[in-house]
Amino acid sequence: MITSGKGGVGKTTTSASFAVGLALRGHKTAVVDFDIGLRNLDLIMGCERRVVYDFVSVINEDARLNQALIRDKRVDHLYVLPASQTRDKDVLTLEGVDRVFRELQQDLGFEYIVCDSPAGIEKGARMALYFADEAIVVTNPEISSVRDSDRILGILSAKSRRAVESMDPVKSHLLVTRYNPERVELGEMLSVEHVKDFLGIPVIGVVPESESVLNASNVGTPVILDEKSQAGVAYSDMVDRFLGENRPLRFVTSERRGILRRLFGS
Amino acid sequence: MSFLDYLLGRRRNTAEVAKERLQIILAHEHSSRNAPDYLPALQQEILAVVAKYIRIDLEDIRVNLEREGDYEVLELNIPLSEDSKGTTIRATTRR
Ligand SMILES: Nc1ncnc2c1ncn2[C@@H]1O[C@H](COP(=O)(O)OP(=O)(O)OP(=O)(O)O)[C@@H](O)[C@H]1O
Ligand SMILES: [Mg+2]
Repeated sequence: MITSGKGGVGKTTTSASFAVGLALRGHKTAVVDFDIGLRNLDLIMGCERRVVYDFVSVINEDARLNQALIRDKRVDHLYVLPASQTRDKDVLTLEGVDRVFRELQQDLGFEYIVCDSPAGIEKGARMALYFADEAIVVTNPEISSVRDSDRILGILSAKSRRAVESMDPVKSHLLVTRYNPERVELGEMLSVEHVKDFLGIPVIGVVPESESVLNASNVGTPVILDEKSQAGVAYSDMVDRFLGENRPLRFVTSERRGILRRLFGS
Repeated sequence: MSFLDYLLGRRRNTAEVAKERLQIILAHEHSSRNAPDYLPALQQEILAVVAKYIRIDLEDIRVNLEREGDYEVLELNIPLSEDSKGTTIRATTRR
């Protein structure tokens, strides 16, 4: 589950790239848009013109799951389940979501279900986090984003199914996005270490602020497929780490770091 | 602040300020994280009773939920007059 509390920090960007990364490594992956009414995962994935049915029509049993799943044309093993444009946000029910997830796993053999959570801490976000086994907490190095991530972690440890049913807790990973190492070194931005210390969960990646993210979203190609961009490479590393590989963090120090700063620097 | 900043007499950086503010915010939010659901309602009703007798400004009232060993302590601090330090209502329950 990809979450953040705060809006606009990069959940959908992350969901798309993470799902592509898992599928590229051979895992059958579904990426599900929980942002009912404000769907945009389909745009980032570039499949908006192929949406016929959606998550809500499957929940309401107006369509079968495999009618609603959109197979990605670039990457094997990858499917998108878009959100609907309905204004009624209460159409998702725990029973309905549970049924869809079971079908994805048991009948269709999906290994990973990546859930793109809506912002906030209301029903939609809680629905997305309820069934989570692992959570990727997307956080910008900014005071309000850190605070909202902290609140989401509180909800995960109290209101998720794993908490309610006293199972092992949801495994949470910190992904710091829109990171600017120059500004960190100038003392104008919280460093990844500080964000990590505040939230108390391990870092799974750092994605630098990068123009390639907007370019990627303009054309509907998840940025991880742009191998020349730092953000794309950072997402690739993050997927590898998620799958247990050891990858040192990149793009966390300024490239313009001069000799003086090296000697006296922060 | 780095040594270089110190040498150049640069002002305190903003990330440092953000860090300090976050420390305070998170400490406060963590102390009320496990607060029972009825806490806001309880708070409202106590305040309504107090307000029947004393003119109070809601802004001035501090509500705190803290853990002291096995006990949970709910504290309301209400300033009774401009120059008094206020009075504190404490309710303690064993967990
Ligand atoms: N690493 C990055 N560098 C530059 N821009 C980024 C980066 N990550 C995300 N963005 C931009 O930030 C904006 C918000 O991203 P995104 O839609 O992924 O966030 P979100 O958390 O899903 O938002 P919402 O809460 O509205 O669902 C987009 O314009 C996106 O292009
Ligand atoms: Mg989004």
